[in-house]
Amino acid sequence: MSGGARFEYLLRLGDSCLVLGHRVSEWCGHAPELEEDIALANVALDLTGQADLLLGEAARTEGRGRDADALAFLRDAWDFRNLLICERPNGDFAHTIVRQFLFDAWQVELYAALTGSGDSALAGIAGKAVKEAEYHLRHSGEWVVRLGDGTAESRTRAQAALDALWPYTGEMFETDETSAALAAAHVAPDPESLRPGWTRIVDSILGEATLTKPQAGWMQTGGFNGRHSEALGHMLATMQFLPRAYPGAKW
Amino acid sequence: MAEDRNDWPLWEVFVRSRNGLAHRHVGSLHAVDGEMAVEMARDVYCRRAEGVSVWVARSADIVASDPARKDDMFEPMVSKIYRHPTFYEIPSEVKNI
Repeated sequence: MSGGARFEYLLRLGDSCLVLGHRVSEWCGHAPELEEDIALANVALDLTGQADLLLGEAARTEGRGRDADALAFLRDAWDFRNLLICERPNGDFAHTIVRQFLFDAWQVELYAALTGSGDSALAGIAGKAVKEAEYHLRHSGEWVVRLGDGTAESRTRAQAALDALWPYTGEMFETDETSAALAAAHVAPDPESLRPGWTRIVDSILGEATLTKPQAGWMQTGGFNGRHSEALGHMLATMQFLPRAYPGAKW
Repeated sequence: MAEDRNDWPLWEVFVRSRNGLAHRHVGSLHAVDGEMAVEMARDVYCRRAEGVSVWVARSADIVASDPARKDDMFEPMVSKIYRHPTFYEIPSEVKNI
């Protein structure tokens, strides 16, 4: 396995955490309840922390003198390798929660598999992060049930969010040369192998929430190759403004 | 959700900071039910590793003494100093008293 494949893979995981973490942080000060505001901020911080570890490891693999900050703040949209679902705008609360739930279920399965990775650095990061992901899943899963099996309004919004985000779930299980090389080297699980566990979690929660699982159909793709929606560029403009306007700024 | 915002009941939160100690009242929060209250308590009151166990109770379910009856409730005990265990030496091995 080449160092390039490991670098690419770490970017996929790290960028997904970074971009979703930033999205969730946009709720800070705006969540429907003070308590939920703090809960979402904690999720955002957990994801940003995971991004820091994963991108730090990516930078070391790359060996070109960059660090996690350089990767986070000094790359443009086409260099990002996050899942497209992570960059979807927050929308309403149901949209944010459903996005989080679909991602959390994937992350729990992924990190659980990565704890057994032959790559000790990745296994270490996954061992720490899996507990955070499990809590995120509990939090988002309970909200999906409350929204889906709640009022007519919350149910309509939750179903609309699920229908809108469903085409973005195919990317989680995409295989390509990079994922195949990592699977062959026992560094990362075959993405497709995560699907049964993810489907079990999703089916169970959607059933409890009385939401209708969308039909399998056309799936969005492109995040792993740097083909992003316009939403990412706008997000990066906000996220990267400060270190670009004030290089080397510290507090 | 907006019209329901004020309907979230208030919960009192009790956190045990480590094994062997009692749960201690740390504050209150709003949540729709006990399960959510425990989760919210994790994020509001335990985010700096303050605890190993959380209890929540509906604030409305707490029965409190009447501040106006402070005198007959508590005043008579103030003069009964012999009820204080201050005449014992506490062995140095005993912690948390």
